[in-house]
Amino acid sequence: MQQIRTTADLERLRGSLLQKGDPGKILIRICNTGCRARKSAKVIEAFENEVREQGLQDKVEIKKTGCHGFCEMGPIVVIEPENIFYCRVKPEDTGDIVSETILNGGVVERLLWKDPDTKKFIKCEKDIPFYKKQKKSISFNCGRIDPTDIEDYIAGGGYSALGKALTTMTPAEVVEMVVASGLRGRGGGGFPAGIKWRLCSAAPGNIKYIIANGDEGDPGAFMDRSLMEGDPHSIIEGMIIGAFAIGARHGFIYVRQEYPIAIEHLSIAIQQAEECGLLGKDILGTGLDFTIKIDRGAGAFVCGEETALMISIEGRSGTPRSRPPYPAIEGLWGKPTVLNNVETFGNITKIFSKGADWYSSIGTDNSKGTKIFSLVGKVKNTGLVEVEMGTTLREIIFGIGGGIRKGKRFKAVQTGGPSGGCIPISRIDMPVDYDSLREAGAIMGSGGMIVMDESSCMVDLARYFIQFLLFESCGKCIPCREGLKQMHHILTNICEGRGEHGDIETLTELGRFMTTTSLCGLGGTASNPVLSTIRYFRDEYEAHIYDKKCRAGVCKNLFEYYIDEELCNGCTLCKVKCPEGAITGRKKKPHMIDPQKCIKCGICYSLCKLEAVRVR
Amino acid sequence: MKVPIIVDGLRVEIDRGTPIINAARKAGVFIPTLCYHEALKPYGSCRLCMVEVVHNKQRRLVTSCNFPAEGGMEVFTDTPRVRQIRRMILELLLARCPEVPMIRTMAKQMGIESPMFKKREANECILCGLCVRFCEEVVGVGAIGLANRGIDREVATPFKVASDTCIGCGACSYICPTGCIEMVPDEKNPRLRRMKMGSRSLVSCPNNYQCESCPTEENFFAEMKTAITKFQSTFRKASSR
Repeated sequence: MQQIRTTADLERLRGSLLQKGDPGKILIRICNTGCRARKSAKVIEAFENEVREQGLQDKVEIKKTGCHGFCEMGPIVVIEPENIFYCRVKPEDTGDIVSETILNGGVVERLLWKDPDTKKFIKCEKDIPFYKKQKKSISFNCGRIDPTDIEDYIAGGGYSALGKALTTMTPAEVVEMVVASGLRGRGGGGFPAGIKWRLCSAAPGNIKYIIANGDEGDPGAFMDRSLMEGDPHSIIEGMIIGAFAIGARHGFIYVRQEYPIAIEHLSIAIQQAEECGLLGKDILGTGLDFTIKIDRGAGAFVCGEETALMISIEGRSGTPRSRPPYPAIEGLWGKPTVLNNVETFGNITKIFSKGADWYSSIGTDNSKGTKIFSLVGKVKNTGLVEVEMGTTLREIIFGIGGGIRKGKRFKAVQTGGPSGGCIPISRIDMPVDYDSLREAGAIMGSGGMIVMDESSCMVDLARYFIQFLLFESCGKCIPCREGLKQMHHILTNICEGRGEHGDIETLTELGRFMTTTSLCGLGGTASNPVLSTIRYFRDEYEAHIYDKKCRAGVCKNLFEYYIDEELCNGCTLCKVKCPEGAITGRKKKPHMIDPQKCIKCGICYSLCKLEAVRVR
Repeated sequence: MKVPIIVDGLRVEIDRGTPIINAARKAGVFIPTLCYHEALKPYGSCRLCMVEVVHNKQRRLVTSCNFPAEGGMEVFTDTPRVRQIRRMILELLLARCPEVPMIRTMAKQMGIESPMFKKREANECILCGLCVRFCEEVVGVGAIGLANRGIDREVATPFKVASDTCIGCGACSYICPTGCIEMVPDEKNPRLRRMKMGSRSLVSCPNNYQCESCPTEENFFAEMKTAITKFQSTFRKASSR
């Protein structure tokens, strides 16, 4: 491994890597992280076999990358230099791709992405609306570089921001640049990162720590995962800049146990950085000593909380503690500590490569830069989306997400995970930034966006998030532990048809109480899903409580399935598949569901191609 | 360095950086607490001591047991918001421990006539953590701890096996505000003391510290293995919920 002891070494290495690159070679970029769940590893193997058998090793390079972002369409394969975008690629398709595209220069049309509105196939990745409308900055490298090869990162400009910060700026200047950029923490709190760095830098003591939070506990969120898996060096580079700024010699990346690929890729990245001297002693000849260790979580959502995380690294049970004292002054092992989300560190790298002025020119007055969101749920295009702060919900959900699938209607979007809230259609044109979301009763959180249609029950959603938090609460303080317990009882009763007059008022009072009195952010934001659904969907709560009806068809005791005689064509599919034999009817004649036998499993509802099974 | 603090209109001076509850005590103003004790590090889990503080034109609700005093702070211990908070905490405790006399008394003092939440359980421990913290910080033994997370949180010995570090001092029993830790003579050896908590015993050494002749030492590994296996199966059950 080439030693990088000065910025001149870095420039020289980059130059030689760029020269080595053969522009005539065909490059196959294929996701080897998230898409492994859809057998992308087998697709890679098939490509490698095909290329070898055809003797094309000199002409073709297969690059195993991180997440391309358009996860709905995975496994994704992009062929350069033509920028051809193939989606939902199976191992069996690799033969066609090699013979048709690589050898003949044509396209395999059936593997291209088809625009559902224009019905046209789109050839190039850069022309696909999902990508065109994004502003990829922090996630730019994901899907382009091989995260297990530091040289790929360097060739694209990696570590030059570090060189600039370490050799042309003082630690104080570095801190002020972060302040000037307006960067706010991407973990959910949205606290100005520069202010945190400033406080820690000024704190007395010569042992300080810097920690990257990769715990990502929100259900449905996977932005941090793909950044750690797809571009681990951007996080490391940001951490080294931070260590220089505050005077830390040791850093930790706390990764949740459930992300083994992230742990693997981060470990490889750290090792490679150490091998070439970018981590360790006398980094870039500036006298900075800094090492990073990975600490693994053990299955606790609460350990994503700043103080609980540090206590967990110390080897104790991850239970949050009161503040003050703030961790920037008294944190890990009582020493001044900066803890930032991994995405925040990714932003740091960009700020120092392109400047604070460039960074603060993007976004809104109070929310600068771009943010990566995990857009999931009932949208057509699920995946990871990076947009400028201030982009509207409509642009994200309908413009990039492609709108609601199966022609259903948008009902609400849940942002910020279990600490966040639901936003209805009336606010679809609101800008997505920290303050607007908070004012609407939600939060930005770490960036989860769950889109719902008319088949989602908002009361059941609130119940789901309260149940999640109930299991994840550390149990130390009374408001969170006991408050969640009572909320869960009440919401379960409402969903099962035992709601009582006064329940909505009790939930509201309990929710407001928990927000002001909980010890940490888990309890402090736990009531957001409940309070926001009561605010915007009170009628659903009232229907559950007073009418004992769930119009969305989710709460089993509060609705029944029936077959619309006008729509049913008597195909008998539902009757055959019903596990309880609850459907009767003769071939080609409208069928009927016996509500006494029906267990509301929903199989008939999901199977009927004519949507003749309905809810009442 | 002493700083001036105003508590409910009364001016006192306390050391800068120390918890503002000291200012209240000095001023003779009563703030109810459950998990606070002068001999222990502040814990902040019961939230009962919350008060309103005005400092630098900002008004905040904070726990007085651990909020550091700064000169010029104004503390309000009896506002409608504070009373509402205290009441709600007792409502939740009453739902958790409806049979505990101390909780019932405190609830009545807060003006609770009929409980807000249905009776679904009858716990005796309010999880104030005083017993655990006393054993750790004052006695220095740490024989008991807080096990499990969330609603399953409980005071227990490691793996719920009979303790081999408990010295039978009885501090936990003494400090427990609800009286759910009892000190009783051991059935087998009346000279020994056993700390009982409900159906559980936080027991002291059953062999009078004569380790060479101790049957527990022999059985300890077997006992530990059984306890771990039992623990693992409950863990699997819990994670498949």
